[in-house]
Amino acid sequence: MLNLFHQYLWAFVDVKRVLNLPFDEPTAWLIATVMLLLILASAAGKLLDGTSEQRLNTAIVRSFNQRIRSWWLMSAVLIAGLFIGEHGTVVLFGLIGFWALREFITMTPTRRSDHRTLFWVLVVFTPLQFFLVAIQGELFLIAIPIYASLFIPARIAMANDAKRFLERSAKIQIGLLICVYALSFAPAILYLDLGSNKQPNVEIDAPVTIESAANEAAQRTSWSHVKDSDGNDINRNKGLLFFFVLITQLNDVLQYAWGKLLGKNIIAPRINTSRTWEGVIGGAATSALLGALFSWVTPFLFWQAAIMAIVISFMGFAGGMTMSAIKRDRGVKDYGTLVQGHAGILDRIDSLCFAAPVFYHLTKVFFAI
Amino acid sequence: MQLTSTLLVATAKIISGYTIRWVDCLPDTCQRIYFANHTSHLDALVLWASLPREIRELTRPVAAKDYWEKGWLRRHIAKTFNALLIDRNEVKVHQSPIDLMIREMKDRYSLIIFPEGRRNPAEEMIKFKSGLFYLAKKRPDLELVPVYLDNMSRVLPRGEILPVPLLSHITIGAPIWLEKGETKHQFLDRARTAIINLKDC
Repeated sequence: MLNLFHQYLWAFVDVKRVLNLPFDEPTAWLIATVMLLLILASAAGKLLDGTSEQRLNTAIVRSFNQRIRSWWLMSAVLIAGLFIGEHGTVVLFGLIGFWALREFITMTPTRRSDHRTLFWVLVVFTPLQFFLVAIQGELFLIAIPIYASLFIPARIAMANDAKRFLERSAKIQIGLLICVYALSFAPAILYLDLGSNKQPNVEIDAPVTIESAANEAAQRTSWSHVKDSDGNDINRNKGLLFFFVLITQLNDVLQYAWGKLLGKNIIAPRINTSRTWEGVIGGAATSALLGALFSWVTPFLFWQAAIMAIVISFMGFAGGMTMSAIKRDRGVKDYGTLVQGHAGILDRIDSLCFAAPVFYHLTKVFFAI
Repeated sequence: MQLTSTLLVATAKIISGYTIRWVDCLPDTCQRIYFANHTSHLDALVLWASLPREIRELTRPVAAKDYWEKGWLRRHIAKTFNALLIDRNEVKVHQSPIDLMIREMKDRYSLIIFPEGRRNPAEEMIKFKSGLFYLAKKRPDLELVPVYLDNMSRVLPRGEILPVPLLSHITIGAPIWLEKGETKHQFLDRARTAIINLKDC
């Protein structure tokens, strides 16, 4: 049995060498798993769509199918990112952030005198932030919180229009903060140099312990960068980013599903009627389970991965609530319906935006070398 | 020519992020007058770019000569989208712009016009100029198609040079014709209402 498994594994490794995949084996397995799940979900969606309308709530089926479509898109983006390298992934996230901010500002009423400030925000600060992520300095951490957020009110003041000044500044600042700054931490994960408490991977020529207990710190070899059998560099953080996005998105669905199944206590009925305490807690628990299940793609031990998943879960909830509040205030249901025919990217990434900076920070504090 | 026209359409799409919706009206190559509200210099370009290609090639925006003949780039762009340039300052004794439009349309082209006559930054549309009425009178066979352009004034408002790439939306409504016995005033009011009604549908 074990022998058979080994043979299968070797076949896989060979395929990998032939295709020259630019990522490590666990990431490849994770992608395969996700693809399989997506195919199953799509098939289920098709099946549900075909059943008679009386037996199922068509609205739920429609939103399910919509979700699956956007998942395909997101997976395609992530997998494309794996192939075109780290910088390519940053560019893709940059486009997503740009589009999300576009939706945000389109929904938010601004005054004629905000025009030039908006130009700076959308055309200068947004691309600049992702550029700063890609060049891997510390500058991307402060560019928006310090420079952009002080620049915005000053520029609005220069436009010589005092009407609702604070409100206008805050709207533009919060849009830039959530859609661009917070989201940019997701691709920033790729550039972290992480260690791990796990056993060194078999792929690396495991150094036989020379000085064992004396220097425990030295044993924390880089988890992020390994070489494959041909000596090419492999960035394993791509798998970690995939893990993060996967847990965020699954948690969205799990919270929704638990809320539909058991939900009784609505948290804030005037903000969002579908978010319940049961959904939040059930979602966090199942996300923790999934996090532990997928821990093999991360530098985390299984319990650490579970805690990370719980953090992601709560931050995702926070993001969803915040965006719901903004949408209620503006009187729109979805960003997608805001302008007919637009994708509504902001609806899909609100949880991602809130979870990314916290996930990045915790990973950096506890695992960076 | 083909390359710049493709480039122009792509640029319009990126800058204005437009989506288009046909309500009670289908894309057709028959001769039409698309009339729209006017808030931005980009209006003509974006509406032209959003039309399906085979229709776009047969559609000419009517635009102000003094603006579109200034500088090499504007002249080139106007030529690419086959604009029909009207001189707003010339005394209209020898030939009215309406005659020019009808002559240039032949039995082939459709036109895009902005009956407000100038860019109007206010929410409320201003009173229509009478050109639309005379077009309808002289060519009763033309379909007069109302178009509502949403959010263009935020993409490139009056008096700005640099556009902010927000999302805009184009709604195209059911065609109207000049009714028998309808006065100029009544007809222009009805045309204006046709655009206003597209705001909420």
